[in-house]
Amino acid sequence: MAIIEIWYRLLGIFPFSWTHYVFMKNALLAILLVTPCFALLGTMVVNNRMAFFTDVLGHSALTGIAIGVLLGFHDPTLPMLAVAVLLAVAVNLLKNATKASADTILGVFFAFIIALGIVILSRQGGFVKYTGYLIGDILAVSPRQIAWFFLIGMVVLVYWYSAGNAMLLTSVNTSLARSRMVNTFLIETSFTILLALVVIISIRLVGILIINSLLVLPAAASRNFARNVHTYTLWAVIISIFSGIAGLIASYYWGTASGATIVLFAAGCYGISALLARWRKQ
Amino acid sequence: MTKTCEHCCTKIDNLKVRFGNNTVLDRVNLHVNCGEVVAVVGPNGAGKTTLLRTILGEIPYEGQIVFRISGQESKKPKVGYVPQKLQLDLGSPISVTDFMLSAISRHPVWLGVNKELQQKAENALSLFSVEHLLKRRIGELSGGELQRVLLAIAMTPEPELLLLDEPASGVDAKGLSLFHQIVDNLRKNHDIAVILVTHDLVGIASYVDRLILLNRSVIAEGHPEQVLLNEELIKTFGPSLWNISRLPNLRAAEGDKNGDH
Repeated sequence: MAIIEIWYRLLGIFPFSWTHYVFMKNALLAILLVTPCFALLGTMVVNNRMAFFTDVLGHSALTGIAIGVLLGFHDPTLPMLAVAVLLAVAVNLLKNATKASADTILGVFFAFIIALGIVILSRQGGFVKYTGYLIGDILAVSPRQIAWFFLIGMVVLVYWYSAGNAMLLTSVNTSLARSRMVNTFLIETSFTILLALVVIISIRLVGILIINSLLVLPAAASRNFARNVHTYTLWAVIISIFSGIAGLIASYYWGTASGATIVLFAAGCYGISALLARWRKQ
Repeated sequence: MTKTCEHCCTKIDNLKVRFGNNTVLDRVNLHVNCGEVVAVVGPNGAGKTTLLRTILGEIPYEGQIVFRISGQESKKPKVGYVPQKLQLDLGSPISVTDFMLSAISRHPVWLGVNKELQQKAENALSLFSVEHLLKRRIGELSGGELQRVLLAIAMTPEPELLLLDEPASGVDAKGLSLFHQIVDNLRKNHDIAVILVTHDLVGIASYVDRLILLNRSVIAEGHPEQVLLNEELIKTFGPSLWNISRLPNLRAAEGDKNGDH
């Protein structure tokens, strides 16, 4: 925890009112750790057209919470993780085993998983208790959770370093990747499991409703002008971190929900990048 | 005529592939030596692409596929594969350099590409004279350009077996003629086995050692001239083939055809 003390003191130097609050300092650190992860994962989500999949993954948190309540868990993180990982593996297996389009399979899962979560949670009118999960609360993040974000950030970085090329090749053509000795099933499954982990661990920060936009928007914005994988990744990370910091600070002054404000900044970046790309073409 | 080394080959024995109750390939026997270019032709749904994907190890099968390298049986031969198309959006931010290096290098391309790696990609692309495309996004390439980039990837490092899936699709007349020259060059100057699946049977016939007519199983097999006279083939591909197949010397016919352009 010594590191977090240094972080608190470092931020205390700044003459802004928001840097005096511990909850803001924690939130900022969490954002600096989580947004680059989201940007990296997002680049591959957009390349693989998995935006719908990650949306389903985010919403599966509802079912995870519901199952946690049924089984008497105090902290629903574990059941949420279990449901999301199971869902990720099941969708991947089905995608490989059936000829139905991934869109249809996901549509079926989406309907089932949300309905199941809502049915369990709404028993005796109790759904209101869980609405906090829908929009998230970045300001309630604890140093313990920050330690988790740090750990998962390291995992994403190591994974990206060792499997980046294999993922890229798999996203372009699976048969070609296999001919280059890439175990495409392992790559696809491990990537979806990693996505499930990151989405579920961060769900309390930004909430079920908008977590998907944090994955998709920075990569989509970067894609408007990037001409190679390096600039694509770099700009996605820059846009993600920028939106995170700007959104958090703006939400402090505006008194708005931080997660949603961050998403608005990311959407703004997307708009600007789309205009820039259009302007460059002309 | 064919410079087979006898020590390396791909041997397919009694191959059967089923998707549920549907038998896609049945009793397929095929023997391809290195230095030999074999074209597999057949109607849509004949199982041509399935055959390639089975050789790649993607599809479970009954029967045997044996690779022999330098006289030794090999479980994992080096296979170069040129797919028919890519799962790609036009605007994908993946450059030709990224694509090439992600296949041939261990350095993660998202971290950036240094001069040494750039040179490595350039050398590989120069095999098919496409080094000028290094910085282009792969979604922007024409059919012929993409095909040559894919060939450059498949040939780096030189494989023992090269599989080409419908290389003529999406390629214009000029690209096709360039592709025929590439196949000819592969046959004359490289000691690798090439299996190509194609619809362009008349164009390719002059440049391959053997034609195989596949429709679930091997219907006809042999020298292109013999196979092109096969009645099954004429039935499958229509009467337009009849005139061409009656020409005594296919290579001369192909020469005339090129001369017309």
